[in-house]
Amino acid sequence: MQKKARAAIVGPGNIGTDLLMKCLKSDWIEPVWMIGIEESPGIQRAREYGLRVSTEGTDGLVSAWEEAPVDFVFDATSAYVHAENSAKVTALGALMIDLTPAAIGPYCIPPVNLSAILSDESACNVNMVTCGGQATIPMVRAVSRIQRVRYAEIVATVASKSVGMGTRDNIDEFTRTTSAAISSIGEADEGKAIIVINPAEPPLMMRDTIHCLTVDPPQQAEIVKSILEMVNVVQQYVPGYRLINEPIFDGNRITIPLEVKGLGDFLPTYAGNLDIMTAASLRTAEMIAQRRQS
Amino acid sequence: MNLNGKKILLHDMCLRDGMHPKQHQITLAQMQSIATALDEAGVPLIEVTHGDGLGGASVNYGFSAESDETYLRGVVETVRQARISALLLPGIGTVDHLRMAKDCGVGTIRVATHCTEANVSRQHITLSRELGLDTVGFLMMAHMVDPEALLEQARLMESYGANCIYCTDSAGYMLPDDVTARISLLRDQLHVDTEIGFHGHHNLAMGVGNSLVAIEAGANRIDGSAAGLGAGAGNTPLEAMAAVLERLGADTGIDIFKLADAAEDHVLPIVDEPVRLSRDALVLGYAGAYSSFLLFAKRAEARYGVASHQILLEMARRRTVGGQEDLIEEIAIEMAKARSK
Repeated sequence: MQKKARAAIVGPGNIGTDLLMKCLKSDWIEPVWMIGIEESPGIQRAREYGLRVSTEGTDGLVSAWEEAPVDFVFDATSAYVHAENSAKVTALGALMIDLTPAAIGPYCIPPVNLSAILSDESACNVNMVTCGGQATIPMVRAVSRIQRVRYAEIVATVASKSVGMGTRDNIDEFTRTTSAAISSIGEADEGKAIIVINPAEPPLMMRDTIHCLTVDPPQQAEIVKSILEMVNVVQQYVPGYRLINEPIFDGNRITIPLEVKGLGDFLPTYAGNLDIMTAASLRTAEMIAQRRQS
Repeated sequence: MNLNGKKILLHDMCLRDGMHPKQHQITLAQMQSIATALDEAGVPLIEVTHGDGLGGASVNYGFSAESDETYLRGVVETVRQARISALLLPGIGTVDHLRMAKDCGVGTIRVATHCTEANVSRQHITLSRELGLDTVGFLMMAHMVDPEALLEQARLMESYGANCIYCTDSAGYMLPDDVTARISLLRDQLHVDTEIGFHGHHNLAMGVGNSLVAIEAGANRIDGSAAGLGAGAGNTPLEAMAAVLERLGADTGIDIFKLADAAEDHVLPIVDEPVRLSRDALVLGYAGAYSSFLLFAKRAEARYGVASHQILLEMARRRTVGGQEDLIEEIAIEMAKARSK
């Protein structure tokens, strides 16, 4: 049995706690720190699981570094404080995995570009884009790796209860970051992202529509095969990721409807948008940890 | 009802909501000719944007014939007295679009959210106010929540800086008592300087009636559309609304006959298919679905052989909100599959 890599989670809210639950089940990552800025239910829960906790932010981790260093730090706070968190821990040699929209480091969509990130030994901060990006960019790439996509657009429909104040205060950040990553990581010439929030009860499952416009008539059989392969890869870390219907072909338009059901580790299963962020973040850390051990 | 001397601000929608039945294909020249006619009729405020607001041009909602910027610049330079407004739905458009619209010379920004999601509008409303624009918070599908819940959301928008709050009947579902309950609570509880508006759809032919009820309950801004051009069965017909208000003694500043000319001679000639109270529109209003779903359901009917009004009923049953056009094709596919089993 290999020695597990040690990790700290910054932000003991719903996302940080869900990430903790996933880390506890990991063969590669051992969660050792939960970091908040005050006493909270999330801090208390982490304590009960035997983690060290800090209620004074990343400073608590930094001052206890000698006794309890970590290899990875997951930041599940907000874009506003991310840069400071990142500077403190990367100076000590930890790799920062950024779940906020701050995007200091390169974007990471595991099934699309994790191997490129792995090959860059100097990377000290990777950014997990957005929930919509994690759910849809693998599909954009599934098409663009077959033939040129001149325009890709994604529509993420999410349950109101799964959208936190951080996203609501700066919803443009979602739109911008996702659009940018659709083109840079999804490799479409141009990207556009739309988010729709629905308050229905019971809450609806995260639903995404990916529209790709190709330059030449779509090679349907190859594209369908590529999409199904990509769905399988995402399912390795998000089992509830599935196509709702077969891809629709209409002229040079390809439309892919999918649904993301979360694992329900801590977050409810309808919050597939949050689950895919925590799952992709852990996946990234696991792959880097594996790589370092080999 | 007597509205003697009461000032009512009528806001024309035919170059924004009217983009829906035109599949966003109104040309710049058509926009300019319509805007000129409306301007000459004394219409004080004219909305010009993609049907789904700034940044709405997309595969999902349809690409427009021209960019929002081209439309806005072209219309702003055409009109003499009218102010031009633009609609923005956070999640589709961003503050970058808002700044662009301001640069084009827009005087009003309307920031639209679903009636329970006002807190996604903070950055847009705040910026619009900072830029010195007349800033409206536009609460869509307002029939889906009770008046108290709507007030709570209105207060959020007001706190961000909106100087006017709209109760928006996007589905054309409301009956007069629904309007009265919402508008009177908003009027009673919001700041006395905050204006109140009502946006109707004519899916149950309640456009003018509901708007009058809204005025009686305290609204002073009313949306309508020349020739009724808008999503579903269209918006409140602006020329009828203006005529009714004039007979009631209200002051709209509008010349009824010139407005009727604008509708008849400039708007009607560009209409592809009559905007009317069709079976589909009736279902929108009866069941409470977002009016711009109509053409998408008709397209799905043509492709998958499922009745469009059945698709719309299902959209209402699932409690969908504005923007979920992508679900229509999926529902049509499911219904077609279920039928072939």
